[in-house]
Amino acid sequence: MAVIQGLLVQGVQMALVLLLAPLLTGLVRKVKARLQRRRGASLIQPYRDLKRLLGKEVVLAENASWLFRTAPYVIFAVTWVAAALVPTFGTGLLFNWSGDLIAITALLGSARFAQALAAMDIGTSFGGIGASREVMIASLAEPAMLMIALTVALVAGSTQLSTIADYMAFSAVGLRVSLALGLVALIIVALAENARIPVDNPATHLELTMVHEAMVLEYSGRHLAMIELAAALKLLLYISVIACIFCPVGLAHGYAIGFVLYLFKLAVAGVLLGVFEMSIAKMRVFRVPNFLGAALMLGLLGVLLLFVSEGM
Amino acid sequence: MISLVLVCILLLLGLGIAGARLAHTPSGNSIVYGGSLGISCISLPIALLSLAATPSTITLPLGLPWIGAHFRLDSLAAFFLFVVGLGSAGASLYALGYGAHEPEPQRVLPFYPVFLAGLNLVVLADDAFSFLFAWELMSLASWALVMSHDREPGNAHAGLVYIIMASFSGLALLLCFGLLAGPTGSYDFVAMRAVHPTPGLAAIALVLALIGAGSKAGVVPLHAWLPLAHPAAPSHVSALMSGVMTKVAVYGFIRIALDLIGAPTAWSGILVLAVGGITAVMGVLYALMEHDLKRLLAYHTVENIGIIFIGLGLAIAFGANGLAAAAALGLTAALFHVFNHSVFKSLLFFGTGAVLTTTGERDMDHLGGLIHRMPKTAFAFLVGCVAISALPPLNGFVSEWLTFQAILLHPNLPQWGLKIAIPADGALLALSAALAAACLVKAYGVTFLGRPRTRAAIDAHEVERCSIAAMYVFAALCLLAGIFPGVVIDLLAPVVHTLTGARMPTQLGVAWLSILPVASARSSYNGLLVLLFIAASASLAVLVVHRFASRATRRAPAWDCGFPDPRPETQYTGGSFAQPIRRVYGAVVFRTHETVTMPPPGDIAPARIEKHFSDVIWDVFYAPIAGAIWRASEILNHLQFLTIRRYLGFVFAALIILLFALALWQ
Amino acid sequence: MHGYAFDIAHMLAGGLVLLSFTMLYQDRLYPLINMLALQALILALSVAWQAHIQHAPHLYITAAIALGFKAIAVPWALRRMVFRLGIHREIETVVSIGLTMLAAIALVALSMMVMLPVTAHADPIAREDIALALSVVLIGLLIMVTRRNAVGQVVGFLSLENGVNLAATGAQGMPMVVEISVAFSILIAFIVIGIFLFRIRERFDTVDLEALDAFRGEKR
Repeated sequence: MAVIQGLLVQGVQMALVLLLAPLLTGLVRKVKARLQRRRGASLIQPYRDLKRLLGKEVVLAENASWLFRTAPYVIFAVTWVAAALVPTFGTGLLFNWSGDLIAITALLGSARFAQALAAMDIGTSFGGIGASREVMIASLAEPAMLMIALTVALVAGSTQLSTIADYMAFSAVGLRVSLALGLVALIIVALAENARIPVDNPATHLELTMVHEAMVLEYSGRHLAMIELAAALKLLLYISVIACIFCPVGLAHGYAIGFVLYLFKLAVAGVLLGVFEMSIAKMRVFRVPNFLGAALMLGLLGVLLLFVSEGM
Repeated sequence: MISLVLVCILLLLGLGIAGARLAHTPSGNSIVYGGSLGISCISLPIALLSLAATPSTITLPLGLPWIGAHFRLDSLAAFFLFVVGLGSAGASLYALGYGAHEPEPQRVLPFYPVFLAGLNLVVLADDAFSFLFAWELMSLASWALVMSHDREPGNAHAGLVYIIMASFSGLALLLCFGLLAGPTGSYDFVAMRAVHPTPGLAAIALVLALIGAGSKAGVVPLHAWLPLAHPAAPSHVSALMSGVMTKVAVYGFIRIALDLIGAPTAWSGILVLAVGGITAVMGVLYALMEHDLKRLLAYHTVENIGIIFIGLGLAIAFGANGLAAAAALGLTAALFHVFNHSVFKSLLFFGTGAVLTTTGERDMDHLGGLIHRMPKTAFAFLVGCVAISALPPLNGFVSEWLTFQAILLHPNLPQWGLKIAIPADGALLALSAALAAACLVKAYGVTFLGRPRTRAAIDAHEVERCSIAAMYVFAALCLLAGIFPGVVIDLLAPVVHTLTGARMPTQLGVAWLSILPVASARSSYNGLLVLLFIAASASLAVLVVHRFASRATRRAPAWDCGFPDPRPETQYTGGSFAQPIRRVYGAVVFRTHETVTMPPPGDIAPARIEKHFSDVIWDVFYAPIAGAIWRASEILNHLQFLTIRRYLGFVFAALIILLFALALWQ
Repeated sequence: MHGYAFDIAHMLAGGLVLLSFTMLYQDRLYPLINMLALQALILALSVAWQAHIQHAPHLYITAAIALGFKAIAVPWALRRMVFRLGIHREIETVVSIGLTMLAAIALVALSMMVMLPVTAHADPIAREDIALALSVVLIGLLIMVTRRNAVGQVVGFLSLENGVNLAATGAQGMPMVVEISVAFSILIAFIVIGIFLFRIRERFDTVDLEALDAFRGEKR
C-alpha cells in the first residue's frame, strides 16, 4: 500500500513539475514586461507557444543525423528525471534516493552534452559558437555546483536532497558562513545554467552574444517544443533546489501545506528573478568566466571553511 | 591457478616467436591476434575466480640462481590480471580486423604477444627481480611497437623520449626496491612486507615509487612521453598502452605504496593528492588544446590517471589516520576507475583507429560528418565519450561519484595539509570532469558531426565486423558497469579488504540494486533506475508527441540565421571550439596569447589570427634538464680525445681519491 | 553548540570576507566604493554585536564611528573625489581576476592555518573572528597590490583597516584608546592619500600608478 502511495506521490511530482514549468517562465516574462511598463503576454502564453510548436511540422536541415532528431527527447527526458528527483512539495519521495545532488548536477550535464552535440550536428557556425560557449560556461558552472553540493553535504551529512531538506528544516543549523557563500554561488550558477540575463539573454536572437539560443537555432516544431519545455523545467529545477536547501519551510507538514507553500516560493522566486533581470545589464561573454569563477571560488571557500571549522 | 596463468604467458611468448615467422604469411595476422584473443579469454575467468580466493604462489628456478623467480596471484594481482586480460582480449579482437591494414606486419606481430606477456607478468611478479624484468619487458616490447611506424614524422622522436622515460622509471623503481630490501638485501616481496622501513626510508621509497610508477602511468610532470608515444603506435596498441599499461603502472604504485611499504603516512597522502589533482586538471587542459584525436585521447589518459591517484591519495590519507572504512571507499573508487578507464579508453582508441584506417586522418580538423558514413562506429564512440565525460548513467560517473563520496566522508582529519588538500582536490576533480565533457564534445562534434571537411572524410566507410564487435563489447561494458555498479564494488571488496583492512558495505542485498557507499541516509545512487526513468520518460515523450501532435517532417537547407554558407570551412574546428576555454584557462596555464592582424577597410589582404602557446611543464622541467645534459656532454666530450698518459692519470687520481675517502670515512 | 551568539558573529565576520572577495572581483570604481561602504556597514553591525555579547558599551561607540565615518563619510568623499577628478571609471588590474581570486582563497586558507592552531585556547568566537579578520587584512593588501588605480589602492587600504578593526573588537577587553587611535590613523592616512591623489593628478594628469614609473627613470 505504502509503495502504491509512494508511486502516486512520485507520479504527481513528475506531472506537477511538468505542468508548472511553463507557468513559471510565463510569470518571469510577465514581471519583466510589467517592469518595462508593457502589458506583456498572458501568464499562460508559454503553454500556447508549446501547443503551437507541437502542431507545426519539423523542418530538418538536409544533413541532420539521427543524433539531431533524438537529442530533443533525450534532453527533455534527462531534465525531467532530474527535476523529478528534487523534493518540491514534500520530502521522501519514492525515487529520491536513486540520485543525489551530485547525480542531479551530472544529469543536467548529460542534457547539456546532448544539446551541445546536437548544436554541432548541422555544421553551421552559429551552432559551433553556441556549443563552444556553452561548454566554456559549463566548465566553470558545473564545478561550482559540485562545490555547493559538497558544502551542503558537509553541513547536512548527506548528499540526498530529501535528507538535506529534513536536516535544514529540523536541526539547529544556525547561520553558517559557508551556507551563505553557497547560496550566493548557487544563485550565480542558476543564472548561468538557465541562460538568464547577466550571462545570456533568453529573449534575444540574432546577436553574437547569444549562447543557448544559438545552439537551438536549427530546431523547429515539436523538437523545439521539447527543448523549450526542458529549459523551463531546468529553471523550475534550480528554483526548487534553492528552495529545498535554503528554505525548506513546509516540506514536512503534509503535502497540502507543502504544495501551497511551494507555489508561493515559486512565485516569489519568479518575481525576484524578473526584477533582478530588469535591474542589471548583460555582460560581455568574456566577463562571464570571472563571474562564474567567483561562484567557484565562493563554493571552494565554503567547503574550505567547513573543513577547517569542523576540527575545532 | 597461478600455474595456468603462467602457462598462458608462456603461450603468449611462444606466439611472439611464431609471429616473427608467420608475419609475412597471409594468415599470420589472424593466428597471432586470434591466439592472443583465445589466451586472454582463458586468463579472464581465472582472474575472476582468484579475486576472492586465497593467494597462490609459485617459485620457478629462473632468473638469478640464488633467488629464483617468485610469482603470486593474490586478489590485487587478480583484479589487475582481469583488467589486463579484458583489455588485451578487446584489443586482439579489434586487431583481427584492424591488423589487416598494417603495412608492415612483421614489425608488429612479433612484439604484440610479448607485450601482452609482459603486462601479465608484471602483475604476477612477487620479487623485485622478476618485477623489474617484467616491467622492462613490457617497456621494451611497447617501445618496439611505438617504433613500428618510425618513418612517419615525429614517431622516431616519440620513441626516443619514450625509451628515455622508460629507463628513468625503471631506474627509480630499482632504487626504490633497493631501499625496501632492507639490511638483509632480500628482494623477495614476502621479505619486504615483513621488514618495516624507518619513516625516512619509507618516505624516500614512496617518492621513488611515485616517480617510477607515476612516470609510466603519466603523472604530471612526468607525462611528457605519453602523448607522444601512445599515438605513434598502431591503434590497438595505443588502446593497450593507454587503457592497460598505465593501469599496470598504477598496480605497481599500489603494490609498493599500500602493500610493501606498510603503514601509510599522512604526508604521503597529501603528496599523492596534490599530484593527482594537478595531473587531472593539467591533463584535460592539454587535451583541450589538441586537435590530433589520438593525442587528445592520450592526454585524457593523463587526466584519468590523475583521478585514480586522487582516489589512492584519499585511501592513503584516511588509512594513515586509522579510518579504515573511509580508506576502503577511496581505494574502491580508485580501482573502479581503473576498470572504467581501461574499458572506455580502449573503446575510444578503437574508434579512432577505425577513423584512421578508413580516412587516413588523425587530425579532427580534416574530418567531420562521419556519423553519416560510419554510423556504427559513431554510436560506439559516442558511448565512450559519454562514459569518459563522467555523465550518468554510464560507468565513468559512478567512479567519480564514489570519489566525491570519499572526499565528503571525513573532513575531521587532524593534519592541516589534508584539510586544505582534500577540498582543493574536490574542486580540481569537479573542474576536470566538466572540462573533460567540454573536450569530448569538441572531439565528437568536430570529428563525427557537422559536414565533411576533406575528400577523405567524404569517402569514409564503415570498418570490419571484428573491429565493430570489439567496440560494441566495450560499449556494453560501459553501460553494464554504469547500471550495475554494486556488482563491481562487491567484486572489488576482497582486494580492498586485503589492502586497507576494511571494505565497503555489501551492495548486492541493497533494494533495487542501488549503491550505498556508507549508509542509505547519507547517499545513494541507482544507475539502473536512472536509466529506466530516462528511457521511460523519453519514450513517453516520443509517444505523446507523435500520437497527439504533428509528425510532419520536411528536409530543407540549414537555416543558420539566414546566412547559410555551403563551404565546410565555415564550420567550427577543434581550435575555434576550444578558443573560449583557451582564453579562460590558457593565459594561466599555457601562457597563450593571440594576435589578430586586421587589414584596414578596403584592403583585400587576408585577416590573420595567430595563437602562440608554450608548454610550461616542458619549459620548467624538461628543457633545463636537457640543456644541462647537453652542456655536460659538451664538456665531457673533450675526454674522448686525450693521450693514454692522461687516461692513466685519471685512473690514478680516481684511485687516490677513493683511498682518501676511505681513510676519512674511518 | 555555541548558540546564536557564535553563529551571528561568525556570519558577520564571514560577510566581511565575502565583501572583500566582491571588492577583489569589481573592476569599476563606483561599485567598488559601494562595496567598501557595505563592508563598513557589516563591520559596524559586527562590532555592535560584539558590544552586545561582551556587554561592553564602549564598543557601541566604535560601531557608531565605523558606521558614521567609514560607511558614510569616507565613501561619500571618495565618490566625490572620483567625480571631481573625472578619474577613469574602470580599474585596470595587474593580474587576471581569476588568479587574484585563487590567490585570495589561498590567503584565507593560510590565515586559517596560521591563526587557528595559535589561538587554540582562546574563546571560540574570538578565534574565528581573528582568523577571518586576518583574511580580510590580507585580501586588502592583495587589492592594493593588484590594482593599478590609486583609488583602488585607497579602497584596499581601507578594507585592510576594516579587518584590523574586526580583530581589535573581537578580542575581549580591548581598551577604547586603541580603537580611537586606529580610527585616527586611518583618518590621517586617508587625508594623506587624498592629498597625494590631488597632487599626483595636478602634476601628471593621471592617477594610474604605472604612468608614474615613467617619471622615475625606470622605464621598462
